[in-house]
Amino acid sequence: MTPLTPVITEHWDDPELFTLAGYRRHGGYTALASALKQDPDALIGMVKDSGLRGRGGAGFPTGLKWSFVPQNDGKPHYLVVNADESEPGACKDIPIMIANPHSLIEGVIITSYAIRANHAFIYIRGEVPEAIRRVALAIREAREAGLIGRDIAGSGFDLDVVVHAGAGAYICGEETALLDSLEGFRGQPRLKPPFPAVAGLYASPTVINNVETICNIPYIVGRGVEWFRQFGTEKSPGFKVFAVSGHVNRPGIYEAPLGITMRELLDYAGGMLDGRDVKFWLPGGSSVPLLTADHLDVPMTYEAMAEAGTMLGTGTPMVFNDTVSVVKAVTRWLEFYKHESCGKCTPCREGTYFITGTLERFEHGHGSEREMETLVDLCDQIAGRSFCALGDAAATPYPSALKYFRDEFVAATTTPVDEQFDPASAYVFSGAAAR
Amino acid sequence: MTVTSNSGPGSDVAMPTDLIAVIIDGVEMSVPKGTLVIRAAEQLGIEIPRFCDHPLLDPVAACRACLIEVEGMPKPQPACAQVLTDGMNVRTQYASEVARAAQEGVMEFLLLNHPLDCPVCDKGGECPLQNQAMTVGRAESRFDGEKREFEKPVNVSAQVLLDRERCVSCARCTRFAEQIAGDPSLELLQRGAKQIVGTADDTPFESYFSGNVVQICPVGALTSASYRFRSRPFDLVSVPTTCEHCASGCSLRTDYRRGVVTRRLAWDDPQVNEDWNCDKGRFAFAYQVHGRLESPMIRENGELRVASWPEAIDAAARGLAAARGRVGVLVGGRSTVEDAYAYARIARTALATDDIDFRVRQTSVEEDAFLAAVVAGTPVSVTYEALESAPVVLLVCLEPEDESPILQLRLRKAARNGTPVVSIGAVRSPGLGKVRGRLLPARPGGEGAVLAALPDDVRALLAQPGAVVLVGERAAGSAGALSAAAALARSTGAGLAWVPRRAGERGALDAGALAGLLPGGRPLSDASARADVARAWGIAPTDLPAQRGRSGDSLLAAARDGQLGALLVGGVELSDYADPRGAQEAIDAVGFVVSLENHHSAVTERADVILPVAAVTEKAGTFLDWEGRPRPFEQVLRDALTMSDARVLAMIADAMDVRMPADVRAIRAEMGSLGPWTGARGEAPSVAPAASTDATVLASWRQLLDSGLMQDGEPHLAATARPTVALVSAATAAGVGESVTVTGPGGSITLPVEVGDVVDGVVWVPMNSPGCHIHADLGAVPGSGVRLSPGGTA
Repeated sequence: MTPLTPVITEHWDDPELFTLAGYRRHGGYTALASALKQDPDALIGMVKDSGLRGRGGAGFPTGLKWSFVPQNDGKPHYLVVNADESEPGACKDIPIMIANPHSLIEGVIITSYAIRANHAFIYIRGEVPEAIRRVALAIREAREAGLIGRDIAGSGFDLDVVVHAGAGAYICGEETALLDSLEGFRGQPRLKPPFPAVAGLYASPTVINNVETICNIPYIVGRGVEWFRQFGTEKSPGFKVFAVSGHVNRPGIYEAPLGITMRELLDYAGGMLDGRDVKFWLPGGSSVPLLTADHLDVPMTYEAMAEAGTMLGTGTPMVFNDTVSVVKAVTRWLEFYKHESCGKCTPCREGTYFITGTLERFEHGHGSEREMETLVDLCDQIAGRSFCALGDAAATPYPSALKYFRDEFVAATTTPVDEQFDPASAYVFSGAAAR
Repeated sequence: MTVTSNSGPGSDVAMPTDLIAVIIDGVEMSVPKGTLVIRAAEQLGIEIPRFCDHPLLDPVAACRACLIEVEGMPKPQPACAQVLTDGMNVRTQYASEVARAAQEGVMEFLLLNHPLDCPVCDKGGECPLQNQAMTVGRAESRFDGEKREFEKPVNVSAQVLLDRERCVSCARCTRFAEQIAGDPSLELLQRGAKQIVGTADDTPFESYFSGNVVQICPVGALTSASYRFRSRPFDLVSVPTTCEHCASGCSLRTDYRRGVVTRRLAWDDPQVNEDWNCDKGRFAFAYQVHGRLESPMIRENGELRVASWPEAIDAAARGLAAARGRVGVLVGGRSTVEDAYAYARIARTALATDDIDFRVRQTSVEEDAFLAAVVAGTPVSVTYEALESAPVVLLVCLEPEDESPILQLRLRKAARNGTPVVSIGAVRSPGLGKVRGRLLPARPGGEGAVLAALPDDVRALLAQPGAVVLVGERAAGSAGALSAAAALARSTGAGLAWVPRRAGERGALDAGALAGLLPGGRPLSDASARADVARAWGIAPTDLPAQRGRSGDSLLAAARDGQLGALLVGGVELSDYADPRGAQEAIDAVGFVVSLENHHSAVTERADVILPVAAVTEKAGTFLDWEGRPRPFEQVLRDALTMSDARVLAMIADAMDVRMPADVRAIRAEMGSLGPWTGARGEAPSVAPAASTDATVLASWRQLLDSGLMQDGEPHLAATARPTVALVSAATAAGVGESVTVTGPGGSITLPVEVGDVVDGVVWVPMNSPGCHIHADLGAVPGSGVRLSPGGTA
């Protein structure tokens, strides 16, 4: 069995970890001290060598992203941390910010130093004031300790860090929509090129990284590339904060090397609720194709998940047992995408409207076999045609659900879903299914 | 952009450098670097469907209707935003199943929430959505859910209405408002399928250019109050024409049905107005039909009575002949070149006078000299296009947004590309902000002094090749300004252009409708110029007036003093003169007045013979825009029975045994035979700037939408005009309170106070807006000393 490897989460049992003193007690800010003595390019090289991939969902190599920022261009550079965690099923960045905000701040300072940014912004989902308060407190403490501000630790490096609360739109997790929102505009994705690395925030070179990605930085800098690469695989090195939710006995955060399997994570999570079978599960949020019990032994890496026809995504598995109607689950997700579609492009705006209406008819037992095919067409008409990945995500759940659970959609052409699956039995409390 | 197979050797067309080779649907072509797929495909005649795409707006790639396949790219790409790179192989819907399916899918989505109300929609019949649904859409809808519904319509301004359920969220209107007009009060609101276009509650979309969003809306979501439900496009006859309002020279399309104009649209002219026009040009045409004079009239025993044409022409000819040599000719500022030429010609021949002027506004002797030396008959030099690459554009006594709106749009385009705009004036106006302009503060009347002592950096920019100085017509009221502008252009080498406000002024100047100037800018005093004109007119040079006549104030003064025996007046509104009362007295003092007019006016009230003439839609003609570019147009209403000024004048001349061309083609041929004047010109004026005073002075210009008579009959347009306020600096405002009473030599006006970036000791009020007509109400002109006193609670 693959052992858990708590790194970011190592000292979460210390109730004082969120304070500067608590974080320092466990070796916090020592990586920063060593980073500030290094050449920024060396840091970029180190992160490149570590093979760290973005933890926000797309898995883009972080060091490569940093290296796209043009140097000596005379423009200000910005670091923007994407802390707008809103993906259905994803719950990792918010716990990190609440439990260990200083690892984020230390990562922000090192990253800013590496990409030569003197301003960093942390864009936090507005619905979680707890996280905003903890991060704001951490910034205040860091500033008072001289870790943020002018001439940090005598290095000559200046940095200001600003927390910005989002206003409740899923689209603002899309990096360019986030930039627009941060600039005070309506959050809608921007046309690329230019890419943010060249013209991002205020038309200046900008790096946008996920919270967990940035939290990895102090540990890579502090403990070295070799240490980091001992975890995970060649293409997916390192460890990952897996947040397991759904019909398991102990839903929660499990930090493990990439490559661990869902079966192992299920074990760590205490197994399936009431011992029922896994019906379907998603490796990383509602935006990735779903898998079944047949896929429990696929390694949780970027490459293996792709091979299995899905994506690692945010690495926050949602597990569903056989009390859940897949038709209903897909309908709820599509309702979410319809609600959250920003409206900019036609396929996403209108497609989610069309699909959701059709799925809702299936849910009430009024679907038809012809419409099952129409829905496939509609997803095809969105996937790869929309302006940003939100549309692609909306086109994801139905085709994979149809692939594994066609019978359930056929059943929904005659019988309401609630008659097939008692809604009361699907609750995630032990014993609900038995009632 | 050129198709390779067509670009043979020896082509004299200048080829752009940096060409790249690309393939579209198997056709090899070369295009300049940076070309978008959709533009290149157009060159091949391949029409890719589009809604959000507009060649003059930044790409947004939102509607996804134009998806095409690019070899090597995993997903279909939007043709409107995909830049071609060397060797790129593109397949459109005609060559790619992926592209075809993608486009069909998007079309299905676009129609989901779009109402099937085409039979009652104004856009029906000319609707890009309708047309493209026919070409790339599915025959039948698979959607049987409920469509979005909204309360309809909502007013985004008094003139522009929005039916939200028809909107396809292409963002053309919002991008136009933000990028082109610089009036970003139209925005997309809400999200997802609930996304709508709208405005903030307290800021309607009151842009001078709002009508353009109606025109570029690819569906029937935006309509104008003036055209909504008036007609079907397929019932209309469309005629390309030219706008008669200002000197911007917009190309228009006028649509009419059963002899009545129903609407006007901006017509694409890349060299002039691109795809845009202003709301005045678009909506202000009702004046052409309301209250028209229908028959000639003669004054008999002090009363006007209807007369036949032969009787009226005879009466006019006899009265004018009796005063031959002592006739004054006043030509309105919106005459066509051909009409103005006819006035100029009848004056110098049948009427034997050089007492002629086309300027119904404040004038000066300095301006006479400036126009003769620098402007009249000169070829096009400073152009719209030149502004875009100018190292600097200096504005003098010119407020483009109000006085030449399309110039304002081009300046904004230039400014967005980095051209610095510098304005000499007393007010940092909203328009100047939209061109990111810098204000060199000058009290009205002090512009000449500022011009003579420009900051070094501005002077240095002006010395660079391509720099431009634009002088407005109001410079005539600022002693020394025109002299200084001419001197500045000479010393720096900057291009100099004069921007009059009215459409006909430049043409009338070039046609010779100003004392001392024969057609083409020929000096009356020059023997060779006289010989040219005499030859073209078939007379002896000695038959032309020997002495330079009177113009401007001296012409009116001569009439007032009884030195004139008759006046021939065409399209003049007396209240437009800087001294309206004096102008009335001048007309009253003249024994015989002939008025060529559309409508009853202060002149017809005093006229002895009234001859109704054609409105601009009823005749062919030409305007010269501020560049000096001819803007010819044909008769819109083919069945109109009215006659142009030129034809009526030819009839009068005929009755006086003088033959003049009456037909627009004959006039153009005669003017053409004269050719350009290449001989000596008058000296540019050298008037010293006036000494500055400490008195509070008046600043003013005409707002685009104001009390102008050519905006009559269009209440929705009038409702979008800017409110009449007195604009002062914070310091000046502190002394007066919420409202101010402005007292001039001839009266006073009380107006609400608005604090703005105005030079201290200056009050700006609109020149001719509801509740504020400075000539009549204050007896003042810009630069006049005025007194400010608290006006009480506004």
